[in-house]
Amino acid sequence: MNGMAVAILDYNAGNVTSVAHAVRRLGFDAKITADHDTIRAAEHVIFPGVGAAATCMRVVKERGLDVALREAVDAGTPVFGICVGMQLLFEHSEEDGGVDCIGLLPGRVRKFELDDPALKVPHMGWNPVLFAKGEPLANDLVGAADTACYFVHSYYCDPDPSVEVIATADHGHPFAVGVRKDNLVALQCHPEKSGPVGMSILSSFLGGN
Amino acid sequence: MAVLKRVIVCLDVRRGQVTKGIKFQGNVDLGDPVEYAVRYDEQGVDELVFYDITASAEERNLFLDVVESVAASIRIPFSVGGGIDSLDSMRDVLLAGAEKVSLNSPAVRNPALLTEGAEAFGAQCVVLGVDAKKVEPTSEIPSGYEVVIQGGRTPTGRDVVQWVTEAESRGAGEVCLNAIDTDGVRDGYELDLTRMVADAVRIPVIASGGGGEPSHLTDAVTTGGADAALVASMVHYGDYTIDQIKAEMAADGVPVRLTS
Repeated sequence: MNGMAVAILDYNAGNVTSVAHAVRRLGFDAKITADHDTIRAAEHVIFPGVGAAATCMRVVKERGLDVALREAVDAGTPVFGICVGMQLLFEHSEEDGGVDCIGLLPGRVRKFELDDPALKVPHMGWNPVLFAKGEPLANDLVGAADTACYFVHSYYCDPDPSVEVIATADHGHPFAVGVRKDNLVALQCHPEKSGPVGMSILSSFLGGN
Repeated sequence: MAVLKRVIVCLDVRRGQVTKGIKFQGNVDLGDPVEYAVRYDEQGVDELVFYDITASAEERNLFLDVVESVAASIRIPFSVGGGIDSLDSMRDVLLAGAEKVSLNSPAVRNPALLTEGAEAFGAQCVVLGVDAKKVEPTSEIPSGYEVVIQGGRTPTGRDVVQWVTEAESRGAGEVCLNAIDTDGVRDGYELDLTRMVADAVRIPVIASGGGGEPSHLTDAVTTGGADAALVASMVHYGDYTIDQIKAEMAADGVPVRLTS
């Protein structure tokens, strides 16, 4: 298993290096790339992200990564969207006055509108994540005492009911932390920055789930 | 459940070594920053902060090397402060692998930097660092806490609460509030100061300066209303481990991430 190529999509997003570090620590060959042939050849594709939706989406389109992602999903390659990388998979985001996104998943991305002054936006820090029973990404977390993951975001995904929600957390209200559609999975939190829990999630993804 | 309270360790770095001073005077070198970072990650710390306390041009590259090595070695977020006074220097540490940058004196001198940083990298990347000194309340400084810069040496005549409020509106995504009177003294955080700032802004507040035992951290995030508490000496010298601190906070009813 080890040494297989993991394509980490390069579109100037903030956490690309961190994701590559985490993948390499698990013994995989991480390639930060926007090259379509490299992405096609990869055993796994990670679509990371930190940044503003409009800017991210512009670079994604410039580099044709929306096309590359669709192709990878259709080819059955395991694809993992993280944070903004998750949000851009949906149809539309409210950020930056409204941005049309890639649309691989039906649903919209909305801003946290929270009245309670104790609830901060951005939602930043560690928050317990509740994984759906049997969710492969959380295979090694069954029975874990603590499944808190690290979040940094002001917008959250509001998937269409047809999308399978695999993880939730609460910030003022419950929201979808994770979604899955066949070989496409995505998380709002940052597994690459979520300590042993995050490493376990990444390891499960790269292990073929 | 909601967002957990964070325990953050601050590592001052000088010439590639972790160092610790008391009230900004007299520093002792402690060891390799990467070794410290990995140890605290394994103990379950939620975040790390690295301060380049020399911030001289020739040592800047050495510090960036430290940031890169840390990024490759730990599994948690970290921020970097000290010597960051431009978009370019912010970009340098973010590209080296830091999640956030902390702006202190340069933000006071050039508040537009907060806005520029937030627009370029996102507000979540921009931490306002504030050194606060207790003074007699005046009409200029009604809170009784004055912003001081340059490692506490230079008073600014500005009120801490007003400055933090302004910084929030300019784009700061978080504030690290350091009480310089209690920094390194390990006798508890400035709870009045922390509470005033926490009540005044909606961005997360990190209490800093004075952590000496686990109950101090509990006080900071309950009485003080902080979202996180920062420690240094109480863990650097081995008096406590992060898991011990968090276990005591949890026993006091504080929601924290427990890794063991």
